[in-house]
Amino acid sequence: MQVYRWTLTMALSIVHRATGIALYVGTLLLVWWLVAAASGPAAYAHVQAFAGSIIGRLIVFGYTWALMHHMLSGIRHFIWDLGYGFKANEREALTWGALIGGIALTVLVWIIAYAIGGGR
Amino acid sequence: MSGTDTPKRSMRTPLGRVRNLGAAHSGTSDFWRQRITGVAMTLLMIPGLVIIMMLLGRNQVYAAQTLSSIPVAVILLLFIFASAWHMKIGMQVVIEDYVHNEKLKLTAVMLNNFFSIAVALASTYAILKLSSGV
Repeated sequence: MQVYRWTLTMALSIVHRATGIALYVGTLLLVWWLVAAASGPAAYAHVQAFAGSIIGRLIVFGYTWALMHHMLSGIRHFIWDLGYGFKANEREALTWGALIGGIALTVLVWIIAYAIGGGR
Repeated sequence: MSGTDTPKRSMRTPLGRVRNLGAAHSGTSDFWRQRITGVAMTLLMIPGLVIIMMLLGRNQVYAAQTLSSIPVAVILLLFIFASAWHMKIGMQVVIEDYVHNEKLKLTAVMLNNFFSIAVALASTYAILKLSSGV
């Protein structure tokens, strides 16, 4: 594909798809977690050990960001579907909002998580 | 568009033939469901995050107890139903956009259905098992 000039909205369109695919694959972790909870203490301990490891934390952090970004980016698409936000400055604002908002929400969620649950 | 693929003896107008079909030849139902499930998950996001936060660092006994309460189980079941449907449609769109070989495309779409249904059923089964306390 040849593109004469990359724009932010184009790049973020790809990111929306990429995060969607990551979330798709990542549902396996959610299934593992729920099935382990239903299976018993030993299985659940395995999930907790993985989620608590460095790699596990990185994956869950990345998953949180993918989810938050995809949600905000999806709301942006929804606004466009309704016929609003097509002016150049509105497009840019919505796109920057999804990008910055996704990162901000991810950090916020993790701060809350550590504040209430991390110490247990 | 109307020139090449119009049957010569058809009374139907070009608009009548394409109405409600769209690019996927199956209408706009997937588009609409993609939006419904997306909005549903956005609304469920805060309760969903609260549930996960409640379980952070807790052991299996506490997790099983929490997950088996009716409001928690219902919220998670709704979320699972919406996300499985949403991701099935989303992945199908990606497949249809990038896989052009017809057989490969059909195989990929089929595997996508299998995966999404398996994810939904396994999660649902786990929650129902916890809720029934077996």
